[in-house]
Amino acid sequence: MEAVYEKYFRGNLPHIWCPGCGNGIVMSAIARALDKLGYPQDDVLFISGIGCSSRMSGYMDLNTVHTAHGRALAFATGAKVCEPRLHVFVLMGDGDAAAIGGNHFIHACRRNIDMTAIVINNSIYGMTGGQFSPLTPTGKKATTAPYGSIDRAFNLVELSRGAGATYVARADVYHAALLTNLIVEAAQHKGFSVVEAVSTCPISFGRYNDMPEPADMMMWLRDNTITVAQAAKLTDEEAADKIIIGKHFETEAVEYGEEMARLLASAKEAE
Amino acid sequence: MSEKMTNSCKGTANVQLMQGNEACAMGAIKAGASFFGGYPITPSTEIAEYIAREFPKLGRYFMQMEDEIASIGAMIGASMVGHKAFTATSGPGFSLMQELIGYAAVAEVPLVIINVMRFGPSTGLPTMPQSGDIMQARWGTHGDHSIIALSPSSVTEAYYMTIDAFNLAEKYRTPVVLLMDEKVGHLREGFDISNDPEPEIFDRVSAHEGKYVPFANTESGVPPFVALGQGERYHFTGLTHNEAGFYTSDAGKVSEFMQRICGKIEDHVDEIAQFELDAMDDAEIVIMAYGAVARSAHETVESLRNAGHKVGLLRLKTIWPFHTDKVRELCAGKKLVAMPEMNMGQLAVMAKAALGDMPFLPINQVDGRLIKPETIEKAILDKLAEMGGDR
Repeated sequence: MEAVYEKYFRGNLPHIWCPGCGNGIVMSAIARALDKLGYPQDDVLFISGIGCSSRMSGYMDLNTVHTAHGRALAFATGAKVCEPRLHVFVLMGDGDAAAIGGNHFIHACRRNIDMTAIVINNSIYGMTGGQFSPLTPTGKKATTAPYGSIDRAFNLVELSRGAGATYVARADVYHAALLTNLIVEAAQHKGFSVVEAVSTCPISFGRYNDMPEPADMMMWLRDNTITVAQAAKLTDEEAADKIIIGKHFETEAVEYGEEMARLLASAKEAE
Repeated sequence: MSEKMTNSCKGTANVQLMQGNEACAMGAIKAGASFFGGYPITPSTEIAEYIAREFPKLGRYFMQMEDEIASIGAMIGASMVGHKAFTATSGPGFSLMQELIGYAAVAEVPLVIINVMRFGPSTGLPTMPQSGDIMQARWGTHGDHSIIALSPSSVTEAYYMTIDAFNLAEKYRTPVVLLMDEKVGHLREGFDISNDPEPEIFDRVSAHEGKYVPFANTESGVPPFVALGQGERYHFTGLTHNEAGFYTSDAGKVSEFMQRICGKIEDHVDEIAQFELDAMDDAEIVIMAYGAVARSAHETVESLRNAGHKVGLLRLKTIWPFHTDKVRELCAGKKLVAMPEMNMGQLAVMAKAALGDMPFLPINQVDGRLIKPETIEKAILDKLAEMGGDR
């Protein structure tokens, strides 16, 4: 692992993340996944949005872009279309991907463009100090939901599936090895892949929701996650409050870059 | 009158009837644009349609995005990996792009935004003209930054100025806005560039000595640009950054960064700002105009000259950076400077700052119609009468 750290991290520490934050676990899972994938670092484009988790792009020794809030997928789309040889990873937070960037998210799914979106879902806007996001479970407390959120939450897996993504998986920072493996699978999938990484924010989420210690949040993940296979044996009601982890689905569909190449070839031929 | 403002196709066999929007699209192709990300909006849509048709044949990329924010985001991504990227939009879309225009300014990503200006604010009058985005182009995004904006007055100029826009974007690593009046975008007139010299095409400079420093403070203020994915693994961010591209809040570094990204354009105003002077040598009265209104102003100059008034035209081809010193110098000692604008006086603010207490007459019309030559003429004659004599 030492070698992986040295290879993939720029070493410009300290990072900004709080003690107990799950972002570092996701970052190490990405580094391990890249190591397994064996992509040359020069051929990896790593693009992030804005928020705590999106600071990751600055720490990783890859071609990196820290974009604007919600816009990472838009940047990534233009870059990938122009340079299809690059392996593109897009790192976003829950508010970044599902709120301000929601439009770009569904359209990236629809286009089925070949890249991997990793959404770190810590159920909260952490950088601004703990406001509820579209992935905050209903009833949970936040600084802007002091009585508990009355908003319904997105299910990112179902949102991705409905919008047309062709690989969707979910893991969490308690199951870091699973997270690594799913990122590898997602990257190897041809098309738009989504990996939701359920994470911990003891400072801005756990503290307001009876999980003030990092270990509390880890135990919450340990006790509330079930696999896709386990969930299949439960009724919807029984599975309702569970975090279902594993590969949710994978399908094949026309990939945008290949369609673009086909269009260019046929247009040239018609000339 | 310059050849470009009317057109240079007298008596040649290759004249085409061309629309301003189409000429922009042709100019972009000539300039080497290879990525278009856009969203349909009147009165700019012909540009997207032209590019959607022509780009695939050339092996270049046209994308219709989900909105204007995605359009400029995709353009920035494309430009970062080394492509010349552009879009065509209008007021409402231009408003949506503002945040990422600031990003492109700070991350120093070359882009061209063709804004075919329509009547605003809000949905306004989508098919009618207003030079309403002059100040938005300058200050629409938050924070201090500099910007380049150009405004063509003819179809032929729309072609050449689009090429200029790309060249400037590449040279100064900056977003460049082509502020084209709807009246020019939808104008159809004779177009023939067959006998013109080949325009110069400028590509961003990637050459550098020693280790690549992506945001180096070079002599010109413009760092060399190595496309992402070409072996230099570096970092782009919209955060204030040091020369290596990483976040810094160090007061000295922040100040140096701000001075550089503004200075790299403002300090080169002599090179960037273009003017066209017509009948200015003996002029006592100057009409300062840009875009479609400059065409009317040209008519006014002829008409007033015929009536014995010494009137000249100062046409601003470059809107931003506004060359305050040059405007002051060109207008020094004149009896009157008139400035017709299809807005409530947006660029007049800059003109006033340049002219100080020289006699100045803003002529503003905001009714969705092009200002007519006789409107300008009457305003000038009324003003002269008010000033005493010369009538």
